[in-house]
Amino acid sequence: MRLVIQESSEQVGELVAEYVCKRINDFAPSATRPFVLGLPTGSSPLLCYKHLVDSFKAGKVSFQYVVTFNMDEYCGLPRDHPESYHSFMWHHLFRHIDIQPQNVNILDGNAANFQTECDEYEEKIKELGGIKLFLAGIGPDGHIAFNEPGSSLSSRTRVKTLAQETVVANARFFGGDISAVPRMALTVGVATVLDAEEVLVLITGTHKAYALAKVVEEGVNHMFTVSAVQMHPKAIIVCDEDSTLELRVRTAKYFKSLPHRQEMLGLPVEGLNMGTGPEKAKRQKKE
Amino acid sequence: MHASFTRERRGSRARLPQTAPPLELRTVRFTNCRVLRGHALTPAELWVRGGTIVDPQALFWQGSTADQLVDCGGCIVAPGYIDVQINGGFGADFSTPDGICDALSTVAAGLLRHGVTAFLPTVISSSGAAYRAILPHLVPRAGSCRGAAVLGVHLEGPFISRAKPGCHPLEHLREPREAGSLRRACGEHLAHVKMVTLAPELRGSEVLVAELRAHRVIAAAGHSEATIAQLEAAQAAGVSMCTHLFNAMPPFRPEAPGLIGTLGSSARPAAYFGLIADGIHVHPASLKIAARARPDGVVLVTDAMAAMGLPPGRFCLGGVDVQVLETGEAYRVGTNTLAGATIPLDECVRRYKAYTGSSAVHALEAAALHPAQVLNIHDRKGALNVGSDADFIFLDDQLNVLRTYIGGELVWDLGADGAGEAGAGEAAPM
Repeated sequence: MRLVIQESSEQVGELVAEYVCKRINDFAPSATRPFVLGLPTGSSPLLCYKHLVDSFKAGKVSFQYVVTFNMDEYCGLPRDHPESYHSFMWHHLFRHIDIQPQNVNILDGNAANFQTECDEYEEKIKELGGIKLFLAGIGPDGHIAFNEPGSSLSSRTRVKTLAQETVVANARFFGGDISAVPRMALTVGVATVLDAEEVLVLITGTHKAYALAKVVEEGVNHMFTVSAVQMHPKAIIVCDEDSTLELRVRTAKYFKSLPHRQEMLGLPVEGLNMGTGPEKAKRQKKE
Repeated sequence: MHASFTRERRGSRARLPQTAPPLELRTVRFTNCRVLRGHALTPAELWVRGGTIVDPQALFWQGSTADQLVDCGGCIVAPGYIDVQINGGFGADFSTPDGICDALSTVAAGLLRHGVTAFLPTVISSSGAAYRAILPHLVPRAGSCRGAAVLGVHLEGPFISRAKPGCHPLEHLREPREAGSLRRACGEHLAHVKMVTLAPELRGSEVLVAELRAHRVIAAAGHSEATIAQLEAAQAAGVSMCTHLFNAMPPFRPEAPGLIGTLGSSARPAAYFGLIADGIHVHPASLKIAARARPDGVVLVTDAMAAMGLPPGRFCLGGVDVQVLETGEAYRVGTNTLAGATIPLDECVRRYKAYTGSSAVHALEAAALHPAQVLNIHDRKGALNVGSDADFIFLDDQLNVLRTYIGGELVWDLGADGAGEAGAGEAAPM
């Protein structure tokens, strides 16, 4: 697992956006061979989306042949409700870029049969050859998508009842009215995320510091579902300084010394034949 | 300053199908503009399909995007103006039976350059024969590249005060007296009458107002010596507007404010009031008083006569020799007497804003939203909400009209007008 520590949340968004563009462009997607991207909602990806939009407007990337799958959606909330994840994605990303509507996939929280909707979602991901890159944010309690603490780490897309804390936390988006907050959501499972070729988790802000420490320094834990990315062969966490407050100094220093950022962007790394464990260890010794 | 726009381009980003669909099925996305919406000018986009403003998000989830992209060059996009009181223009007059068909087309076409997308041709007090000759021809029609929409007829008179006739011929003024008065005075062709200006103090006016309301015709008080009590009683009966406030009514007296008292009246629902914002018929100070007293009631009107829109020079209009000046004002030849109102609505909007110190938003709403509210058509016109008709104008920051669109179709373009160019490659006249 790679951990890239950036100075600010702004830089986190910038780096991740740049990486997404690079992955899409390197892949050179076409109508018959689209790039399949997993997308989160919430505060974590906002700056990343802003930079993606800027990159699109600057002509650095096209989403013409990008297929997206979103992580989750509330149940029973009208699609055009301002707090629906449909609306979120529309306002922050889709309206600004050239993505084709039929290439956008978001779980339908108003489906007649939730389980059928979820099964078809998994099926569709499979049909497209799986997700190439899954972006994710996390909650302060370490949840990934709506996989609340205690969720099975082998879970697939399904309907979940939200934890009371999540409902209370989300009330601010519904005029402070807890009764207006949806109690259920459709969400991809932890295993759905881990199936992706690559998982990139954005973590920013002091309120996520505890969760970051848990994920990086402790073991795989179903009470911090994002920790499952430790099992993924190709996972990256991009975080800001604020979120590293709970990390050991040693841990932070170690990851900062690694050229993960340069690797992500395909930049040359001076004096290093990088990428392998022994090389890293050698360098550590030298320092 | 925004005189030229990026030429409309087939949105390379907007994913164009192989063959472009016909205009009525095409989705056009207007970007890079400040849209007047929700009482504010906000950077936003305007999406139009089938002549209507549509919600791009809803469209997206239905699986469709824009077929065409229009870069508005940062200009203001506001609802098209609606003139509820216009007696003529461009040499034509709605109260003259001769050539009435052409008059309607002439004025409708001429108004496009002034940002007017809909209007009520207004007929002053006339003889029964004249009404019968004129009204069958003043038929509502949709707006198009041929001209602004005709929403119906405004009958200014004949039930107005003999003491406040303005330029109306005294011999045609009447009292409503009893039921059926409008039919007796104007004949059978009343189906398209949308608004009637009357004096509430006349005998039988309450019967007339009731009849008008029963047919959903707007009743307006004007050319009247009504007291404020009479006005408020008439409002309770259904009068919802005062016609050209300050003009053709007694001057304001503190103990008896008359119709002008509507500015301070607490009667509900409050009456809208027309203002001829040319700074001549209504002094700038008076405009400011009205704007400050009850900004939500202001409805800008031209009250224009045939000389509006004519080039400078001497004309014979309805048997009267008129000299039109560079400034647009028209005088009776050899006198200091104004021949009537001649300032187009877009210029009235600019003057109103300058004289009253109002915001652009308020000035624009006074010429679009408020008239639509008077006519009770604000769900379709006078605003740019999802579901509204795509009648809108491009304006620069000085509120000069740059383009006029009706039903999403470009019907007038400053960049193309005069220069002889063929538009901006979009919506060529059919």
